[in-house]
Amino acid sequence: MSALFLSTRDKWAGVTHMLRSARRRPSIALALVLSIVLAACQQGQQPVGAGSATAAPTGVAGEQPRPGGTLTYIVSAEPPTFDGHQSTTFATLMPASPHYSILYKLDPADNVSKIIPDIAAGMPQISADKLTYTVKLRTDVKFHDGTKLTSEDVLATYNKIIFPPAGVTSPRRGVYSAVESMTAPDPSNITFKLKYATGSFLAGLASPWNYIYSAAKLKADPKFYEKNIMGTGPFTFVEYVKGSHWTGKKNPDYFEKGKPYLDGYRAVFIGDAARQTAAIRSKQAMIEFRGFTPTQVSDLSRALGQELAIQEASWVCVNYISFNTTKKPFDDPRVRRALTLGIDRWSGGEALSKQTIVKGVGGLMRPGGPFAMPDAELQKIPGFYKDSAKSIADAKKLLADAGVSDLTFKFLNRNVNTPYEPVALFVINEWKKIGVTATHEVKETAAYLADLRNKNFDVGLDFNCDYFDEPDLQLAKFYSVAKPDGTAGLGAGLNLSHYNDPKLDGLIDAQGRETDPTKRKQLVWEIERYAMGEMAWQVPVIWWHRVIPHLAIVRGYRIGSNHYTSMDMASIWLADQK
Amino acid sequence: MQRYIAGRLLLMIPTLLGVAILTFAIMRVVPGDVVVLRYSQSGAVPQEVIDAEREELGLDKPLPQQFAEWMADIVRLDFGRSLWTDRPVIEEIKGRFGISLELALLATLLATALALPLGVIAAVKQDTWVDYVIRVFSIGGLAMPSFWLGILVILGLVVAFRWAPPLIFVPIWEDPIENLAQLIWPAIVVGYRYSAVATRMTRSSVLEVLREDYVRTARAKGLSETLVIVRHALRNSLLPVVTVLSLEFAFLFGGLVVTEQVFNVNGLGKLLVDAVAQRDYTLVQALVLIFAFIFVFVNFLVDLLYGFLDPRIKYT
Repeated sequence: MSALFLSTRDKWAGVTHMLRSARRRPSIALALVLSIVLAACQQGQQPVGAGSATAAPTGVAGEQPRPGGTLTYIVSAEPPTFDGHQSTTFATLMPASPHYSILYKLDPADNVSKIIPDIAAGMPQISADKLTYTVKLRTDVKFHDGTKLTSEDVLATYNKIIFPPAGVTSPRRGVYSAVESMTAPDPSNITFKLKYATGSFLAGLASPWNYIYSAAKLKADPKFYEKNIMGTGPFTFVEYVKGSHWTGKKNPDYFEKGKPYLDGYRAVFIGDAARQTAAIRSKQAMIEFRGFTPTQVSDLSRALGQELAIQEASWVCVNYISFNTTKKPFDDPRVRRALTLGIDRWSGGEALSKQTIVKGVGGLMRPGGPFAMPDAELQKIPGFYKDSAKSIADAKKLLADAGVSDLTFKFLNRNVNTPYEPVALFVINEWKKIGVTATHEVKETAAYLADLRNKNFDVGLDFNCDYFDEPDLQLAKFYSVAKPDGTAGLGAGLNLSHYNDPKLDGLIDAQGRETDPTKRKQLVWEIERYAMGEMAWQVPVIWWHRVIPHLAIVRGYRIGSNHYTSMDMASIWLADQK
Repeated sequence: MQRYIAGRLLLMIPTLLGVAILTFAIMRVVPGDVVVLRYSQSGAVPQEVIDAEREELGLDKPLPQQFAEWMADIVRLDFGRSLWTDRPVIEEIKGRFGISLELALLATLLATALALPLGVIAAVKQDTWVDYVIRVFSIGGLAMPSFWLGILVILGLVVAFRWAPPLIFVPIWEDPIENLAQLIWPAIVVGYRYSAVATRMTRSSVLEVLREDYVRTARAKGLSETLVIVRHALRNSLLPVVTVLSLEFAFLFGGLVVTEQVFNVNGLGKLLVDAVAQRDYTLVQALVLIFAFIFVFVNFLVDLLYGFLDPRIKYT
């Protein structure tokens, strides 16, 4: 990759020299414009090399954080609400998280799996039966209005999330279905009592969405935080101009002494990919925390050279193929198995990683993550064989057995280029090899979601993103849509293949209640063999891969396997800009 | 005249009512809604959450009831609250209106400054190389999509100067330089396309007038060619040009959708596109109604301007 970048940097040096000449000699302006266009075209064609880039250091070893400066970063979407408890999008977390603290958080130096206290004074005390979690709180935490944080605030916060009052929505309360009750025995302790032991509760307490709110504010108006900001985080709120920017300034009373390092931050909302790249290239913005495409990375790398740092990591995000199992022939597991067999994920991951934000091949858990099935085991599951000829032969036989050798259907997708369009086109092309004709039906997000939810589709490209490698999170969409008694199942609204499978529900429940990590891993793998291989209810395509190019002066940020955590900006600092 | 004005103003009411009905109906026919979209980034959320939110926003009510309630609010000049942000729609629009107005004015100014002289020169120098150059220039403006030109402009600025137009809008009275540094580029890009239309209209209109008898008479009287063109030809050829310029001006308020995205200008076009994509019914309805009002009102003003430009036109 270095050689590639070096040679292309030389090309850019030539173009830059021409531009300087053009300023002196307008007669070559036309040639110059053509050169720019040609150079831009060449960039798009170059292999990106993101796959071989290494995670850049977040600072030089031994370097001391330097206080001061304002971090400007790009957020590619607008927050639908200020309330983290109600939001499900990074568009809320990226600008709003610096104003808040949470009970536990991911260690910013790791940002993948290591959970550390935020406003908690230490890790929770867990009872022997694993049914009671007691959390001691820091006593030096103050809200931005000067009031002291106590356990009443934490209690009010978690009550809003787990037992929301009438008229308040809480999309993630299902994650805390194990919680029976909560109490605040004194101002610096809070206790969670569980109905059953679960291995995922600590991860739930480290959810980046669970901003700690003021009990007094919530009591006065349970919807206060939908439109107002008032937390205990490292930055206080300055202003939000919809469609433009969000700013915050350093909280001098932040409980972690010496932090934050920055004087302030400015999140600018830019939806257009070309404008995002231009913003970093012209140094108007320093970083974008979600991830850029290989083309954007390549462009920035050539233009900024050593002034750019690139970090990359696998991502707890994946596209699923959802089958409308209420419709023939997709109610037949042989057809679904054939369609997953028809996809050569191993070659696809390699090829697609050069053009979009996907790379890793895995099952229902992130490849490389703590619950990932080893490749040797994974390759035994239909759809993951290394021998693509065998996969194609098996798929054709299954289709013939099911009586649909010339299967034709519409493949529903959303009109979002990255990564949906290239992933869908890859899958459609793979299916051609087994004699299946799928028509790419692209709809804007609202119509696409409506069709998926209303069963108005044949096969669709779905997606799932989470903040943590946690089977309870990643498997939530595999629950049945209805219980045997006809009432809504845990998968209602989540499971877009619209099936009911009590056996799978039981397996998911069992892994959630297993507290031994090794045994739990085995249970998760059993689910993967059953749900992906045997039944092929919903099948992953290729896992996403984050690449973040940022100005090298941005220090203290370490890329993680998600784009939700470490967004409080407390550890980020700016190196000398000279 | 007063009777004419009153009649035209009254005619606006059924026009705007028609626009309101159409917008309301079209938005409800399009699949998907704001609630599902609000939660779409995480893949999906339970149906009970979706239902509760729909009920809270009043989206579960029968459509005629929703329309009647909206109309009743509009009559009281209450445009409602954004379904996406829950902020008053007027507040959402207020911040963007000034930006779109300034951009539209700048683009119109640039387009007019280019189109009138170029159109007249092309007509006077018909079928010479000057005419050909101007025609190629105008066809270029029509043929090149503004957003593509916009991307090229940004790329050119970034590559050549490592500089891009500011990302955050600053009002002209706070910092005129910063303000122009952001808006001049989209104004040039849009103004170029806009001027191309007006240049071609000016050229053909002036050509037509130059063949009129009164122009021949003016020349026969011995008037200088400049006087003939400016006083007799140009003024009489302005009617269609004014129509084109004013309609384009009205269009620019909400029509700069892609250009605003490319330059990250926080105007009404970007707001409308976001609102449609987010199925923010109240905001879309209010915006379309405002755009329709601007169109109708600008048309009305142009009709009045006709009387000033051509005294033969009488209003009864």
